Amino acid sequence: MLVCLLFAIRSPQSAILTQEPRGKAAYDKWCAGCHGDTGAGDGYAQAFMLPRPRDFTKGVYQIRTTASGELPTDADLRRVIDEGMPGTAMPGWRERLTDAQREDVIAYIKSFSQFFTGPAPTAIEVGTAPRASDEAIAEGRQVYEKLECFKCHGQDGRGDGTSAPTLTDDWDQPIFAADLHGSWRFNGGSSVEEIYRRLRTGLDGTPMPSFSDVIDSKIITDEQLWRVAQYVRSLSPEEPPPVREVIRAHLTEEGVPSGPADTTWARAEAYYIPVVGQIIVKPRWFSPAVEGVWVQAMHDGSRLALRLTWTDRSRSPDPAWDEWLGRVRQAMTDVDGPLPSSQGPDLLGVQFSPRSGEAEPPFFLGGSTRRPAHLWRWSSAPDAVTSGTGTGLGQFTADAGASQLTHAAQFVNGEWQVQFTRALVSADTARAPSFVAGRALPIAFFVADGSNGEDSVRGAVSAWYAVYLDVATPTRVYVAPGLTMLLTAGLGLMLVRQAQRRERNSERSNSEG
Amino acid sequence: MRVAFGIVLALTAFGCGGDNGGASDQPAAGQEGGGAIAPAGGGTITGTVSFTGTPPANPTIDMSEEPACAQKHAGGARDPQVVVNDGKLANVFVFVKSGLPAGQTYPVPSSAAMLDQDGCLYEPRNFGVMVGQQLEIKNSDPVLHNIKAVPTKNRGFNISQPTEGMTTRRTFNTEEIGVPLECNVHGWMKASVTVLNHPFFASTGNDGTFTIRGLPAGTYEIEARHEKLGTRTQSVTVPQDGTATADITFGAAAS
Repeated sequence: MLVCLLFAIRSPQSAILTQEPRGKAAYDKWCAGCHGDTGAGDGYAQAFMLPRPRDFTKGVYQIRTTASGELPTDADLRRVIDEGMPGTAMPGWRERLTDAQREDVIAYIKSFSQFFTGPAPTAIEVGTAPRASDEAIAEGRQVYEKLECFKCHGQDGRGDGTSAPTLTDDWDQPIFAADLHGSWRFNGGSSVEEIYRRLRTGLDGTPMPSFSDVIDSKIITDEQLWRVAQYVRSLSPEEPPPVREVIRAHLTEEGVPSGPADTTWARAEAYYIPVVGQIIVKPRWFSPAVEGVWVQAMHDGSRLALRLTWTDRSRSPDPAWDEWLGRVRQAMTDVDGPLPSSQGPDLLGVQFSPRSGEAEPPFFLGGSTRRPAHLWRWSSAPDAVTSGTGTGLGQFTADAGASQLTHAAQFVNGEWQVQFTRALVSADTARAPSFVAGRALPIAFFVADGSNGEDSVRGAVSAWYAVYLDVATPTRVYVAPGLTMLLTAGLGLMLVRQAQRRERNSERSNSEG
Repeated sequence: MRVAFGIVLALTAFGCGGDNGGASDQPAAGQEGGGAIAPAGGGTITGTVSFTGTPPANPTIDMSEEPACAQKHAGGARDPQVVVNDGKLANVFVFVKSGLPAGQTYPVPSSAAMLDQDGCLYEPRNFGVMVGQQLEIKNSDPVLHNIKAVPTKNRGFNISQPTEGMTTRRTFNTEEIGVPLECNVHGWMKASVTVLNHPFFASTGNDGTFTIRGLPAGTYEIEARHEKLGTRTQSVTVPQDGTATADITFGAAAS
């Protein structure tokens, strides 16, 4: 009661008299577990999260329509509560809390910071995006270089710039520079207008600065900043990639691609497979560096090739990322024991049901002793692939004898591309599945970034998907429709003739009678 | 100037500053009043900040990613965290912490306090501004810096400065001791600004001296702050229109 009274005295708005206590009820139930009872970002779950939950006492917010250092508007706060923060533990609350509850929570979280007692902040004025074109995007690329965005975001925009391993937020926690190829996961939205706004306002509490002063100082024009936004947007697909359960392996008659850089891969459809931190088997991992992998598959009737492509900011182990690992290690110290003190390699696991045609695949986390999984395990250092049997995460036995599996890997500007190639017919069907055209086989993925303290258990995992090998189109597919048409036409003609004959016969009998 | 600064830095960093580096254009007494026009007349506090013992070695900085900055540091870059010349300590911020007449206000200087980013280091590293006084932040490097202030009582800012010669002005609107300033592109770049509602502050230069002018007669508590060595406080009585001496000592062990 006293608390309510204090808030009432402090706040100039009378609505807050009732909003804040109501907001407290919803906040205590839904928000305090992460953000803490006093809004200091110190709820019991915080130690499991990186980035940490927002500390509301500082009044510092990333996603705003206001200038650098300004408070967010209520609409800005509302947006984050409604939609959540992709890539963090913050979910959207539109479905869970009513409209009124969300408004009340906003009033309550504002009460945690002294700054909200001042005048209401105002959004900065922004114009509308100039028309995009190839030239506009090329100019945007030039301005990206002039502004040295690559220092953090990297040459190809994958968040692997030279400063990236040193970045920390206002709470001294390590923070990744955004991978600009995943606009559907941008905090604050993926449209050109929203990206432009992030450039103007900066992301307070993070290393991302505001570029408004750069326009004011006439170093670039406002239009050029729009060009940067258009360039950044052009790095991602136009629509968020759909998650499809079946990965089709295209049939090619020219043989499977020779390696990850083979241009024939451009002809194979790419499937996006989201991956999430492995939080079932200890040690669990709540802060995976990799958010998804792109999978492509081709076969030529005798061999299957898979190409996996994913953003990884470092070719682990990389000494430039030692400092990063040290910070992550410190931040995640309370979760299932200490992280490795030195960087391991980057890891990729592709997992299959050991036999095709089984009703249910093995346990998705590396199989089990009762029902093992077949695994292809790739490591960046040494660059090698092993095929074998998994009986649980990190429990792996390499196949004895000569391996049928080959691979080739390349790392370019924050992106791994690994191609696996194997004969369709397994040499040991007791352990490794054969791939059969026209059939689907369960497939799942595991990926780990060694520089982020990840290993064969702490990493990111996918659910089960299926890989389906296209069958050759048989000749009858082209012949049958023609035959059917002929047959139909012939039958039709017969029917018509019969009917005509019957009619003539009846006319004749009528005239005779 | 930039070259001279670099030389001074290099010399001091290697502990061979000896006679103040011999740089004639280096301000001997550091910052005084943040460009504030000291109130006419009044008393003065002056003193020397000393360092006893062996100063800790300053860390080296790997500037290989920024050749334009690296070349400003002949013999390799070091972060000049503890700069001692002949036992005198530079980069100490000294200010009147208490004792000023209550309710008294002081004019805000029309000139801006200056912060330079030169050779991927801040200059000055530890300084003051008055509430409402302009702070002008300049990029003297042909590389991207972002200048970020992380206060707790004031609102912060985070500004991109991608080109050489770009300047940005900002102000702080309430008193705050030791607002961290940092660059995230170059993680080693750190400075500290103290925001006060009076002009009675100064920073020590390479000779370790400071002077605070224009004080009415009275007894004051002054505080000396160093980025690595902590703080010292001292009581000083200033006579009417006279000068009081306040020498301050930091040591390698204590803080």
